[in-house]
Amino acid sequence: MGDKLTTSHKILVLKCVIHLAAFLPLFNLYYLAFNDLLGADPVQSVIHFTGIGAFNLLLVTLTVSPVAKQLKQGYLLQVRRLLGLYAFTYAFMHLINFLVFDLQLAWSLFFNEVLKRPYITIGMIAFILLTTLAVTSVNSIKRKMGKSWQRLHNVSYLIVILVSVHFYWSVKSELMAPLFYIMLTSVLLAFRYKKIKALILSVFVNKTR
Amino acid sequence: MLIKIPKSYDLKESDVTPEDVYLNRRDLLKGMGFLGAGALLATASASAKADWFSKEETAKFKTTPLKYTPDANTDKLILTPESKVISHNNFYEFGAKKNQPAELSQGFKVNPWQLTISGECDKPLTLDYDDLFKMFPLEEHYRKLRCVEAWSMVVPWIGFSLADLLKKVAPNSSAKYLVFETLHDPKQMPGQANRHLGGGIAYPYVEGLRLDEAMNPLTLMSVGLYGKTLPPQNGAPIRLVVPWKYGFKSIKSIVSIKLVSRKPRTTWQKLAPSEYGFYANVNPNHDHPRWSQASERRITSGGLFSRNRIETLPFNGYGEEVADMYKGMNLRKHY
Repeated sequence: MGDKLTTSHKILVLKCVIHLAAFLPLFNLYYLAFNDLLGADPVQSVIHFTGIGAFNLLLVTLTVSPVAKQLKQGYLLQVRRLLGLYAFTYAFMHLINFLVFDLQLAWSLFFNEVLKRPYITIGMIAFILLTTLAVTSVNSIKRKMGKSWQRLHNVSYLIVILVSVHFYWSVKSELMAPLFYIMLTSVLLAFRYKKIKALILSVFVNKTR
Repeated sequence: MLIKIPKSYDLKESDVTPEDVYLNRRDLLKGMGFLGAGALLATASASAKADWFSKEETAKFKTTPLKYTPDANTDKLILTPESKVISHNNFYEFGAKKNQPAELSQGFKVNPWQLTISGECDKPLTLDYDDLFKMFPLEEHYRKLRCVEAWSMVVPWIGFSLADLLKKVAPNSSAKYLVFETLHDPKQMPGQANRHLGGGIAYPYVEGLRLDEAMNPLTLMSVGLYGKTLPPQNGAPIRLVVPWKYGFKSIKSIVSIKLVSRKPRTTWQKLAPSEYGFYANVNPNHDHPRWSQASERRITSGGLFSRNRIETLPFNGYGEEVADMYKGMNLRKHY
């Protein structure tokens, strides 16, 4: 009984930390941006900040299960949804920044850019997939989906690959940062080598059948 | 006699991080996206005062007031505030992020300076620091600056026309193009010493113009802005301003202009020839392969909501003065 209590306390503390670490920067960002305290081009700043923030949070989310396994601390898995939802929030704001502040609601330009620019197309696909995961993260839906829930949420591996490519293609010349992120992504996926191999095989087998 | 056998963990001289890199380590880390979500706070507030990590402000570079003929602003252009003109810069020699040049260039030495004009001309010339401001009468010109990244500014440049300088050196009949070069001094320019910081482009930075483009009255050699000498982040002590071309053509901190007979290969062209051409004329009908050039965001004062997205004009609105030079050329091919 005592053990159980401390674990739930640990989770509570961890969740509080995540809320603070993820929400406060976002709040601070928009406070500065609305008051023109974010450098000469606040639009670019908010786009880059939320983009890289979403990527960071995705990677942190994918770090949870290998760490939990390594440390034999199963309860850690319980913060994955919160982290994932924050990743979604950052990605959502990233898109909103682009549409509202950069393109200033020029819808035709928006659709043109999404269709014509491979890096934006890929980013958009990643966002739609991430939205699907966010929507299906609600407990009642999760329960209804049964086994197919896990299958759907394996898409997170694909998302993080798409986001890597999106970042890599978006820069003008500074490849160091995108390459570093591709490296991190590869490491995190390497932990799941067997699972991903099985997933790919099952897709392949289903198709040929 | 002491024989020192180095242990595997002993540091060699070459392992010591240079002081400037060490002092900027947090920028480096941030630049690489190394820090977690919590530390993102620091990146966001880099330009606000909340950045408690940054080291003490280094002494600001000193600019001095200039004597010049003011621009009458008959076009009624709205200037980009000075604070933004001098804090939002693409000058990879001082860091590839927009805020880095203003932060990492304040110790830059511009005096003494030598600008050499040589090559296919009868009277090669070297200008010293004082010559930059005294050889020609200085004029102020409000000019639009359109970056290839689809943002723009309006800047009150001060300078003289490149044509006046070229007349002095008397180009000969083989002179068809000009090659410009930025100072190469990795000790002063951290981006040249460190690939992470410098965005991985080749140094020294090289740009070029066709002779007739260089002789166009719009082509300015700028030595100042907002009434004073240039700060380093804007290309002190002397830079080029070609307002109908994308900003990367307007090379900064120039030490050499060479007249040549063949079209030079320029820095961005070498890096990505399909994305950046030699001419780089502002052209809303020819998109960058990865983003649209049809419109731009004009950087003015105000926060997130006060930004203006405006249509991009052919030749950045300077077609009347420059379009003739490109008659009969396919500008989609010669982008």
